[in-house]
Amino acid sequence: MAEVNTGGGGGKHQKKRAKKLSTRIDMTPMVDLGFLLLTFFMLTTTFSQPKVIELTPPIKSDDKTKVQDTLSLTVVLGKNDTVYYYNGSLKLTHDSNNIMQTNFSNDGLRKLILNRNQYVLNSIKAIKEQHDANKMPDSTYARLVDKAEGNKYARFVIIKTDTTTRYINVIMTLDEMNICNVGKYSLIDVNDDDMKMISDYKQTHKSTK
Amino acid sequence: MPKVKLPRNSPSIDMTPMVDLAFLLVTFFMLTTKFRPEEPVKVVIPSSVSTTKIPDNTVTLSIDSAGRVFFDMDGKDVRPQILQAVMTKYKQTNLTAQDMSRFAVMGTFGVPVTQVKAYIEADDAQRKTMSTASAGIPMDTLRHNDQLSDWVSAAVSYGLADYNTKRVTNQNVKPPKFSIKADGRAKYKIIKQVIDICQKQGVQHFNLITSLKSMPKS
Repeated sequence: MAEVNTGGGGGKHQKKRAKKLSTRIDMTPMVDLGFLLLTFFMLTTTFSQPKVIELTPPIKSDDKTKVQDTLSLTVVLGKNDTVYYYNGSLKLTHDSNNIMQTNFSNDGLRKLILNRNQYVLNSIKAIKEQHDANKMPDSTYARLVDKAEGNKYARFVIIKTDTTTRYINVIMTLDEMNICNVGKYSLIDVNDDDMKMISDYKQTHKSTK
Repeated sequence: MPKVKLPRNSPSIDMTPMVDLAFLLVTFFMLTTKFRPEEPVKVVIPSSVSTTKIPDNTVTLSIDSAGRVFFDMDGKDVRPQILQAVMTKYKQTNLTAQDMSRFAVMGTFGVPVTQVKAYIEADDAQRKTMSTASAGIPMDTLRHNDQLSDWVSAAVSYGLADYNTKRVTNQNVKPPKFSIKADGRAKYKIIKQVIDICQKQGVQHFNLITSLKSMPKS
């Protein structure tokens, strides 16, 4: 009959020599698997969450913001990455000589906007110098930059899009606003006067070529 | 000269720390990885210097290069509700409970309401064919077939209701936001149309999804 040795108790003390097994086990397969998983997750993980540009478009019914003519710059996004721009309002510049063409290169739109936004950029530069010299906490810096961008002498950029404009050009333009610290801009549809000016511009430039 | 006998070192080294580190990393990557469901629509998003992160709890409207509109929304609890609302409006009331729960985890879709049931019940390969053949969610205001507007409207009202009920118990919940994930080659006219439709449903703020590029110098 099977007997269960409960151990202890009055039995004769038996010296049992337990067979000493090695405590080391072969970990190689586990490590292999570990590294395989590690490689897999490292290659498939993307940390970068997509970024966004926030946009609050005007609601048509209450779009009555007036912009001072001398401070406004209108950018018209045309077909095939072309950009037309003019200063001030249409009445002042109803003349195709006042409309200009540029492009999305660094020497094009960016140079233009940086130029026009000198006033704000200079004040931001002063703020940044103070910030760099550790005289200002980050929150104050952000607030002052915001304030400088919203200054009443800051340029107002009006971005006009027509039916042929591609989305990427809109994003590029909004991006330029970000890069060039333009705090005041709006995104609206092109009107007939703008279209007429652009076609006039194209006509004159065709004939001179 | 007697030969110098170099002591023979054991070739086995202690790998424990390395293994520990490897498993730590595995655990980290396993926990942080979130598998992205395959998108039925291919969108090449433009890049910008903006560093604002995409908000939580967002309704994403994807627009591909051909101008087709696709709809997606976070929130497993809300999705069946908006599906019910829109389908009832278009008298497509043959949805089963299983359809509802499948829709809750489905991801982006872009088919007209008449095909939604079939799309929910399809497998991945069939969904892909359906998406390719589809013209996106109809948003034709002239022919009274503006289904996008109904999806957006349902998403706004049910999203807000869900937010309001959850807010009482959970402080971390966020109100629904709208994001637009458009292909750079798409016509801005279409994006404008989508924005107009959302504005009519009371959406004011939009997040245009872009990929990050570095800030140019000077």
